[in-house]
Amino acid sequence: MSAPEMTASTRADVCAAAIADAFKDDGEIFGSPMGLLPMLGVRLAKLTSNPDLVISDGESLFLAGVPPLFAKGDVVEGWIPFRKVFDVVAYGKRHVMMGATQVDRHGNQNISAIGAWAQPKRQLLGSRGAPGNTVNNRTSYWVPKHSPRVFVERVDIVSGVGPQLAREAGPAATRYNDIHRIVSNLGVFDVKGADETVRLLSVHPGVSVDEVREATGFELDLPADVPTTREPTLEELIIIREVLDPKGLRFKEVPQ
Amino acid sequence: MSKGPRDKRMTIDEVVAELKDGMTIGIGGWGPRRKPMALVRAILRSDLKDLTIVSWGGADVGLLARAGKIRKLVYAFVSLDSIPLEPNFQKARQEGTIPELVELDEGMFQTGLQAAAQRLPFLPMRAGLGSDVLVNQPWIKTVTSPYAGPDHQHEELVAVPALNLDVALVHLNRADQHGNATYLGPDPYFDDLFAMAADRCYVSVEQVVDTAGLTVDTPVQRLLLSRMMVTGVVETPNGAHFTMCSPDYERDERFQRAYAAAAGGTDDEWAAFEERFLSGDEASYQAAVAAFAEEAK
Repeated sequence: MSAPEMTASTRADVCAAAIADAFKDDGEIFGSPMGLLPMLGVRLAKLTSNPDLVISDGESLFLAGVPPLFAKGDVVEGWIPFRKVFDVVAYGKRHVMMGATQVDRHGNQNISAIGAWAQPKRQLLGSRGAPGNTVNNRTSYWVPKHSPRVFVERVDIVSGVGPQLAREAGPAATRYNDIHRIVSNLGVFDVKGADETVRLLSVHPGVSVDEVREATGFELDLPADVPTTREPTLEELIIIREVLDPKGLRFKEVPQ
Repeated sequence: MSKGPRDKRMTIDEVVAELKDGMTIGIGGWGPRRKPMALVRAILRSDLKDLTIVSWGGADVGLLARAGKIRKLVYAFVSLDSIPLEPNFQKARQEGTIPELVELDEGMFQTGLQAAAQRLPFLPMRAGLGSDVLVNQPWIKTVTSPYAGPDHQHEELVAVPALNLDVALVHLNRADQHGNATYLGPDPYFDDLFAMAADRCYVSVEQVVDTAGLTVDTPVQRLLLSRMMVTGVVETPNGAHFTMCSPDYERDERFQRAYAAAAGGTDDEWAAFEERFLSGDEASYQAAVAAFAEEAK
């Protein structure tokens, strides 16, 4: 591979590095990714910025090493069946990055259903662990296709709880509510805008602020100066391309 | 003369004969993993109706919903994992054919089973606070802690109601004839909790072995069920198909794709799938599955 080809990062690489950055200050906790790009980003963080991260095979084993996506047979350092996942959620030493079929201005997330809960237009997964995650441990979201259908004014069903609804529910809900980052294919966000709303932290290289605003179905909190998401380093690009995802599975979620 | 504990071996049909209309039935496993599918298929063949099904759901929920067996469903998700959305469950929800629904957070679900297993009316937890779980299930209440926290606040927590079951159906790898049972895969799931939350528990297994055989090549920690939790034992080889039951077998992804395609297809396509796989007894199901596997070779 020639040097220029090596250094030109794709959007998927930028997203992986942005996801890794969401986990870089977490220390020795369970990094728990749902989905492909989050898994890639968490493993990238473990190999670069946060070697103390605890990672799993997504099933029931803590892995001592950092295998490529979906590879098996690595050294095992612990046992994390579903019942112990619930223990760790309540214990709090966990940062989960979930998907979001909808996410709203106040950082609430929906993976349950679209339309009215009583008889939805489209049934999705159900709320899964989102209600518990969001009031117990750090939670981030990954959105591979940023659009006004995903970033909506108000989610149809609140699965994951944003800071405002947590506050309304009382101290037991706010105590550990920590919506950390929303990473999409266009930019990086948090929920520290005015009135605890979604705020644009950076736009990915080649994306304009206007593009993000048009692809968002609510009024974003826009700082005066929006930086560009950093490019992955050469080391990160090598790890992504040659170690973690040599088959290019990431391009299924974020096409080149 | 010494007498041993009783022999609890039963047939699939004998288990289903002990179920009644309107019962609350918990189904063990997790999504598309180690589900007691042979027992579920037997319920499909029966006249049972108006069931309350309590399940971290996979195709067990999808099949029972499609067959119109469910009056009330308690779930946190229904998913086939490699196919995220369960088509039969989606259809049932979108057409409104399940009369009553209780959607919980998946950790609340465990807490509800724990409350039932401990014969408590509820147990407190944070999960659910602020979410629509409490909006869509307004009968789920909160409870205020009688103890002040370090900040002198009395936290208001969710009082997760006990999920009391009439019957639990679970599938493990091995059991003896008395109901002591081991799982050999990586995860116990919550089958012991289902058993203890229920008045009666029926366990289907890949293999019935003698008691000494349970630990001859298997650590004692894998003995998940004690016979005191178990009413009946059924040997149903490949009985979790098409969910995974490792190390005996992994999920049958090709079959699952065929199931999902039929479930999400036209009524005729579903009727053809039913006719081919679900119209006979368990032996004919297994024969049809074997023939289906042969086609891929």
